Amino acid sequence: MYRFANYNEPLINELVKSKKEKCKIPNLLPSSLKRKEKINIPNLDETQVVRHFHHLSQMNYGIDTGIYPLGSCTMKYNPKICEEIASWDDFTNIHPFQDESTIQGNLQIMFELERMLCEITGMDFFTLQPAAGAHGEFLGMLLTRAYHEFNRNFERNEVILPDTAHGTNPASVAMAGYKLVEISSTKNGTVDIDMLKHALSNKTACFMLTNPNTLGIFEDEILEISKLVHDAGALLYYDGANINAIIGRERPGDMGFDIVHLNLHKTFSTPHGGGGPGSGPVGVKINLEKFLPIPRICKNKNRFFFDYDVPDSIGKIKGFYGNFSVLLKAYIYIIMMGKDGLKETSEIAVLNSNYMKEKIINIGGYELPYKKLRKHEFVLSCNKLKQEKNIRAMDIAKRLLDYGFHPPTIYFPLIVKEALMIEPTESETKQELDRYINALVKIANEDPDVVRNSPNNTPVKRVDEVGATKNPILTWKMI
Amino acid sequence: MKFIPNSKIKDSMLKDIGLNDIEELFSDIPKKIGIKELDLPKGLSQLETNQKLRGIAKKNKSFHDIISFIGGGIKPHYIPSVIKTIISRAEFYTAYTPYQSEASQGFLQSMFEYQSIISEIMGMDIANCSLYDGVTALSEAVLMCTRIKKKKTFLIPGNISWEKKSVLKNYTKGPEIKIKEIAYDKKTGKIDLIELKNHIDEDISGVYLENPNFFGIFEDDVNEISEIVKGSGSLFVVGVDPISLGIVKSPGDYYADIVIGEGRSFGNPMDFGGSSLGIFACKKEFLRQIPGRVIGLTKDKEGKRAFCMALQTREQHIRRGKATSNICTNEGLCALASTTYLSWLGSDGLEYLSKTNFEKGHRLAKRIESLDSLEKVFTGIHFNEFVIKSEKDANIIIKKLLKKGIQGGLIIDKWYPELKNCMLFGVSELHSNDDIEKLVSALKEVTNV
Repeated sequence: MYRFANYNEPLINELVKSKKEKCKIPNLLPSSLKRKEKINIPNLDETQVVRHFHHLSQMNYGIDTGIYPLGSCTMKYNPKICEEIASWDDFTNIHPFQDESTIQGNLQIMFELERMLCEITGMDFFTLQPAAGAHGEFLGMLLTRAYHEFNRNFERNEVILPDTAHGTNPASVAMAGYKLVEISSTKNGTVDIDMLKHALSNKTACFMLTNPNTLGIFEDEILEISKLVHDAGALLYYDGANINAIIGRERPGDMGFDIVHLNLHKTFSTPHGGGGPGSGPVGVKINLEKFLPIPRICKNKNRFFFDYDVPDSIGKIKGFYGNFSVLLKAYIYIIMMGKDGLKETSEIAVLNSNYMKEKIINIGGYELPYKKLRKHEFVLSCNKLKQEKNIRAMDIAKRLLDYGFHPPTIYFPLIVKEALMIEPTESETKQELDRYINALVKIANEDPDVVRNSPNNTPVKRVDEVGATKNPILTWKMI
Repeated sequence: MKFIPNSKIKDSMLKDIGLNDIEELFSDIPKKIGIKELDLPKGLSQLETNQKLRGIAKKNKSFHDIISFIGGGIKPHYIPSVIKTIISRAEFYTAYTPYQSEASQGFLQSMFEYQSIISEIMGMDIANCSLYDGVTALSEAVLMCTRIKKKKTFLIPGNISWEKKSVLKNYTKGPEIKIKEIAYDKKTGKIDLIELKNHIDEDISGVYLENPNFFGIFEDDVNEISEIVKGSGSLFVVGVDPISLGIVKSPGDYYADIVIGEGRSFGNPMDFGGSSLGIFACKKEFLRQIPGRVIGLTKDKEGKRAFCMALQTREQHIRRGKATSNICTNEGLCALASTTYLSWLGSDGLEYLSKTNFEKGHRLAKRIESLDSLEKVFTGIHFNEFVIKSEKDANIIIKKLLKKGIQGGLIIDKWYPELKNCMLFGVSELHSNDDIEKLVSALKEVTNV
């Protein structure tokens, strides 16, 4: 079983005291700008630095440690070859403004990646500029606005979302200045068509949808939804966080979506890096192409080049061209998997998820609200355990850490009480899935006190998160 | 199949849950929308992949193939070997955002250290644990000023990058924030103080100043600018090149409220412009308005020091449509690289690095100015970038330099039409004096023809 290391690792400023010293500043620097005292960061030896961060790493859990089934996060294995190639000097040591004749390799990667993502999603054009999924969503909203304004539809100021939407969806909608209209789901856990009809109007700019949704349920009325949205003059947006469920089999473009964002750090296996760098490319149908950010990446015979001359483009949403190192890793992953491998990916991801779901609900303790058939993820409710034994989703999550596993996403989606949202991905072996299932079952039957007082095998015991917000200490100066 | 262990046993797993065919798992999807197969090639082996990528990599010229003196806010810097050692630790790079603090103490502590170091460098009370890049960090700062001051006009100077202006336009469109541009002084390259005074009034939420600015020039009237901004009741947002701060005052010393910057140069490669690292620091009083993730120090239930994500109630996964930003994934690993880099460098190293960049910048400018047809455009003191105007067509000069294996400055008249035939040069500690002489003699040749 996995065990964390347990160091009482000091902060780096506690490893050695920094002295207050004066700076030696070049005379030419304007005197109003001269720094007087040295910055308060310690001067360490390389050995100390390496030990310090090495110790910290041993108090951290990653996908290379074990299963990491965070729902809607698609924590799959990150192939090592992608890391190695993306660190080659020929790719990394390149200035973004070098002459085009010296960056043909990088442009080729970006050009071909855009084409491959178009094929995978059934969209016509892609941009690789957004740095994360939420950044892609925000761009999607900007494109929506540009489209409606181009068509002189200035009164469309509402975006409709189902109540199962990821938290970033409403946040991105609000940031783009749209009014949110939330509709509740049916008892099957899918979009309520009547509610949607009622919500749609000549004020609707867009309907944002995740398919399969965050319950892991495929929106089987998607073609009708698409027709309703388009008949109302609105656009249909696809949140690609869950596309690992259908990749190589079904495509949002064929379902009628106008705008799609992908998370390369989920579906295309680039590492999450403890929260980035990510990449959230956005694909569109042809009627939205002219609004995509600049520069576009083009090809003329065998020469690749940037095109900045796009009059209707919204401009830029990030410096340069996107997180290139992430793009490169995703490119490598896709060519390695190929059409056959990508299809196998979604099929086994869905099989693993349904396998876990069946085993857990048949053994008891946990309930599965809504429809039974799920895709790449499923959401359990442990409300019964809360009622009967006063064990909450949070307690189960923490107790899983004692068994050496990373917990699932908890308390999301909001429509499931005491939710455990599990996405095993295609990367796990059956043995690892079985061990996880057994741990969940064991926890349901354990002494509730033990579960509530967990974790015990981690570097620290249950952390006081409320205290961290009530009395925030964000830097060593504030201690 | 690669990386998919259960491929081999899928039939028995299906049987285990009472199914016969994988298609039964997809039976709820309308048949109409399925495809037979993707129009992509079959998968390659790792060997074939390696060979294919070698071929593509060869079509690039890296800094080692072609010496580059190009500026524009990004330059190559030396990356100590320690960085790769640390960020290649799989417990770090294959982890998710640290929602489960007990399983993420290592990453959380390093992010707390990152916030601490960044706050020290910027002279601010607090910092978040990264935004996408320095460009979007400005946009987030403007949105934050609007939230705090509840006023919908913001002032930016003309001497910042066109990319920042474009991104800002997009971030402020929805909330209908008016961005007014203050002209820069065409002689010094610095912000025009009279213009600033003319534009500022009590309806302004904040003012942005970049130091050094896009033309590489230091804004040395910071005390006067700060007084003007503060006097009007606006917030003072300062953008920095963090490498300069080993010798330059922290923006906190001239009373900035929010400091932003691009942190890539702290231990991250150029990577063709990405990965990037958005630095965001501010005063304590704005704590609950800060965008993005912040890490806090707290205790576990036995009183032991522990770390966790703090102030999550501002964030999208809790506040949804009312969050301070939509940020979820940020630039965690780049922030870790920076923390490692700054721990390795220390305050002595940062001062030395800063000084070296300043001196290289001045050596290169002096040498280029010694040539007949080239001159420095602005009289302001620069850091490690500066603008050179040529009597001849700058495009031709750059093409000719390229033939000699040198990447010259960035031609900027496309974005600043008033700067015709001007090139933005940049240099760092990586450029030896020999490299500088190589550029100067090449420039001499190509401008004499």
